[in-house]
Order: sequence, then C-alpha cells, then structure tokens
Amino acid sequence: MNGTMRFLRRVAPQIATLAVVLLLIGFVFPGFFDLSFANGRLYGSPIDILNRGAPVALLAIGMTLVIATGGIDLSVGAVMAICGAIAASAITAGYGLPATLLMALGAGLACGLWNGVLVAVVGIQPIVATLILMVAGRGIAQLVTEGTILTFTNDGLAFLGSGNLLGLPTPVVIWLSMGALVTLLVRRTALGMLIEAVGVNRRASMLAGVNARLLLVTVYMVSGLCAAMAGIIVAADIRGADANNAGLFLELDAILAVVIGGNSLLGGGFSLVASLIGAIIIQSVNTGILVAGFPPEFNLVIKAVIVLVILVVQSPAIHGAGVLFSFARRSP
Amino acid sequence: MNARMLPFYATVVIFLIAYAICYIQFPAMLSTRVIGNLLTDNAFLGIVAVGMTFVILSGGIDLSVGSVIAFSGVFIAVMLRDTSMHPLPVFALLLSITTLFGAAMGLTIHALQMPPFIVTLAGMFLARGMAYVLSVDSVPIVHPFYEWVQSTYWLMPGKGRLTLIGGMMLLVFLAGILLAHRTRFGTNVFALGGGVQTARLMGVPVARTTVLIYALSGLLAGLSGIVFSFYTSAGYSLATVGVELDAIAAVVIGGTLLTGGSGFVAGTLIGVLIMGLIQTYITFDGTLSSWWTKIVIGALLLGFIVLQKGLVGLTGRSAGTAGGR
Repeated sequence: MNGTMRFLRRVAPQIATLAVVLLLIGFVFPGFFDLSFANGRLYGSPIDILNRGAPVALLAIGMTLVIATGGIDLSVGAVMAICGAIAASAITAGYGLPATLLMALGAGLACGLWNGVLVAVVGIQPIVATLILMVAGRGIAQLVTEGTILTFTNDGLAFLGSGNLLGLPTPVVIWLSMGALVTLLVRRTALGMLIEAVGVNRRASMLAGVNARLLLVTVYMVSGLCAAMAGIIVAADIRGADANNAGLFLELDAILAVVIGGNSLLGGGFSLVASLIGAIIIQSVNTGILVAGFPPEFNLVIKAVIVLVILVVQSPAIHGAGVLFSFARRSP
Repeated sequence: MNARMLPFYATVVIFLIAYAICYIQFPAMLSTRVIGNLLTDNAFLGIVAVGMTFVILSGGIDLSVGSVIAFSGVFIAVMLRDTSMHPLPVFALLLSITTLFGAAMGLTIHALQMPPFIVTLAGMFLARGMAYVLSVDSVPIVHPFYEWVQSTYWLMPGKGRLTLIGGMMLLVFLAGILLAHRTRFGTNVFALGGGVQTARLMGVPVARTTVLIYALSGLLAGLSGIVFSFYTSAGYSLATVGVELDAIAAVVIGGTLLTGGSGFVAGTLIGVLIMGLIQTYITFDGTLSSWWTKIVIGALLLGFIVLQKGLVGLTGRSAGTAGGR
C-alpha cells in the first residue's frame, strides 16, 4: 500500500501534465476522445497517439535505464536507421521473417555492445562515446540500403508496423509489453536498485561489489535493443527503410521524454512509467497541435515553449528557491 | 613537449598525411583552386565551429546552431523580399537577434541550473520553428549586393579564388584564436571548463561568462547564416539540418576535449579542413558514395577520443606519481 502511494506521488506531475494537455486538446477539438471499434481494432485519436508514440516510447525505455546510470545514448536514432535498413534488406534478400527480425535485433544489440564497451571498458564519457555511432551510424545505414529507400512487400514484417493485435495496433502492444517486461525485470529484482547505485556513484557501487562494468554494457545493449525494435516498427509502418530520415532527431525526443518523466540527467533514481507517460505527453502535443488546426509551421515553436515551461517547473533552481521560501516561512 | 599540445599536433599530422595521400592519387589536389574551394565550401561550418569551440571549452554544448543558421537564411531572404532594406542593416538586425537568442539560452542555463544539452535542445526547436513560421518554402535572394559579394574574390597565385566568405572564415578564426588564448574572457572560458566550482572560487564571473559564451555562439551562428546565404543565394527553413553535429565533430577532431577545459581554436580550423578534405576526395574519386564521409568522420572521432583518453590517462598517472613523491 505504501509502495503504491509512493508510486502515485512519483508519477503525479506527469499524469497531471498529460491530463492538462489532453483536456486542452479536447477543449479545442470536442470529438477528440471518441473511440470506435471497427475491423477488429479500436480507432480514435487517443489510440492514434499511443500508436504514433510507439518509437519514442520504446526509445524512452532504454534511454531511462541509460540515463539512470548517469549516461546518455545519442546514437538511438542512428541505430533505428541501421536496424530498419537491415530488416528491409534482409527481407528483400529472401530471408524469412524470424531470421530478418533476429538479424535486425542482433544489429541493435551489437550497436549497444559497442557503446557499452566504449563507456564501461574504455572509459569514454557517454555523450562522446555515443556521438561516434550517432555520426557514423547513418552512414552505415546508407551503406546497407546503398543510398536508396529500400521498399519491401512482406506482409509479415508490415504487420509489425500497421497490423492489429488484441484490438490494438501492433506497435502499441509491442511498446506496452516491452515497458511492462523491463519494469518487472528491474523492479521485481535488485537490478533497478543496482542501476541506480551505479548512477549515483559508480566507484562506491563497485566497492560495494556491484559489477558496474557488466551492468553498464547490459544497459546500453537494452537501449540498442529498444532502438532496434523502434527501427523495425518505423520501417514496417512505411514498408521501406529510409536511412536518411528514419529516427532523425528521435534521440532528442527520447531524452526529452525521460526528462519530462522527472528523471535526473545526472543519474540515480528513475521511473520507467513516468518516462513512458513523458513520451505520450510529447506525442499528445504533436497530435494535439495537428488536430487543433494550428498551422503545422507553429508545431516546433509551440513544442519549444511547452518544453521550456516543463523545464522551468522542474528546474532544480526553482525547487531550491521553493525550499528556501518554505524554510523562510517556517523559521519565524 | 607539452602533452596538452599532442592532440593538436596529431590533428595537423593527420591533415598533412591525408593531403599527401590525396596528392599522390590526384596531383591536381595540390592547387590553390582546390584550397580556395575548400575554404569557400566550408566557410559557414568553420565560422559556427569557432563558436562551438568556445562552448565546448567551457564544458557546455550548443545544439541550436544548425537551426539558427537556417533561421538566419530565411530571415534575410524574407526581409530582402518584403522590405526595401539594404542587406547590411538586415545583417545588423539579424546578428543582434541571434546574439540575444544565445544570451537568453546562456542565462537560462545559468539561472535555472539546467544542463546546456536540454536548454539548447529547446533553442534548436524554437529557432527551427521560427524559420518555419517565416516561410516553409525556399526563398531565393536576388540583390545587387549579393551578386557583388559573390563575384568578389582575390585571385591567388595558381588561379585559386579566395572568396570574401572564405576570407571571412579565416578572419573569424584569427579573432577566435586571439579571444581564446590572449584575453581574460578566454581564460575565464578555460577555467569554467576545468570546473565551475573551482572557477567560482578563483573569482571567475560564472554568470557573465556563461551568458557571453552562448551569446558569442549565437552571434557566430548568425554570421554563419549570413555566409551560408551568400553561398546558396537562398533561405530555406529545412537547410543545415545536423550542422551542429558537424561542428561538434570538427571541434573534437581539432583536439578540443569534449569535457571542456582544454583545446585550441586553431585545431578546429584543421578539423573543419579535414572534414572538407574527405568530401573533396570523394568528389575527386567519383566512385565512392557520399555516406563514406560520415563513416570516415565517425572513425576519426573514435581515433581522437581514444587518443585523448590515453593522454588524459597518462598525464593523470604522471601527476599522481608526482603527488606521491
């Protein structure tokens, strides 16, 4: 009971932000919350938000863990492009669906391993280490697709991007189950606590017997795996791999989702659920601007303003001032 | 020899070796024409990379510069199309806008204690968004002043052309070198990169320096936008996507530590030239595809980062033994 209360208190700001954003959209566009059931799945703007938010939500899962260790993974957008390209080229080369998925996910894990080794073994700063793959990754993806937009017609692969499962679009089912799986994995075992320990103080956690090196490599590999899933979904959705634009700037959206989720960029305590709500907030803003009929030109400006407002509200300086204020009131 | 200078020397040596390899394969590479084009084609990147060097030296990062360049181009094009103003006052107006924009980001970073990464990310969205608001289409620039600037060049021996924008880049680098290594502001920037707490205790005005650093980056991004508009004769809100990454890569290849506190503005110039050289080589070769540029730059980044890591480890160890004695 106590744990539930603590959890609710942790995600309350994110849920409140999401509610405000959704209510605003509902106010401008009354039919926003209408849901209908047709052709074996639910339809409606809220479902659309969950569906379109799938790539950022998946990236946010891995990014939350990476940021909790005090790191950052800038390469996820490029990894998405690589894995999408590998999936598309494998399926057009005649490999079966299982082999294709294995290759694409394996590539994601390999990218994660590369980042993890640079960070944990070579000891390079995470932002610098992942910058390398961020710059080179898109080149590698273009190497795979040979500079073209590689299209495919395989229905099995396309199902992952645009099919329905259990009355929901497949991407929604994928990110919800991945989120649930990783949450259970880190919260029902000591893994989550160990990750937080490494994030708070790597040296101290190593002295306390945590295998920080292995843990860091694993966390970056989870991030690579999530990026691979996001890349496959994006490629499957458009039935093609676009090495230039797939996942472009999504690393920034994913980091933003984690920050909106109230997780500190300095590492330590984290909440996956809050990050996922953060990802849905970002997508709600994107969809909301569209359905509210703002000219699309204003999309980025509005997004920037919302980001700034959220950042100011969460700023440590403001919190510090708040603490001072309450202290000052209490002292007389 | 000073270990701090090693990354810089390594950059220079790599540049010379790379140029030698290019020369052996294509003797025409060693002509003032190619050098002139190298300077002209990379002028906008070089100018923005000078600002990025200061930001990175202070331990920060500025993700907004690519968007600011695009905004500058669109702003100039729209102003010249819709008003009868001469380009020069438009430039002055633009530079004051981008400088204030940078200063506002620096102020936010300092006052709210937010990571520069996130604040400049918001700045990146804002600048790109403002460019869209001004115009979503590519706006051509037609003005006699533009034609005059574009046709003005100094004919180097060997018929190479040093254009005004190429010369402008060299001037900005010269000013940047003097500012970084010969002024109090430059020393403050280095001190900030070494550690904010230490800098504050030493009496560095942290707030003023942070604001000035990002204002300088904004100013140079605006100047780079002007140069880019001369280069393309148009303003387009989707232009220069990802230039911030190229600039960061040039700074790192140029031997500046991404953690801040150590580096050289001159190294950044070599970094920009190395990146330009790779592109020129691919153009000369004709069979290589453009994506090799990104892969080679990624490999170079890896090499330099590992080199710096090794050097930092070495100097750290020797300092440790010195302290032990």
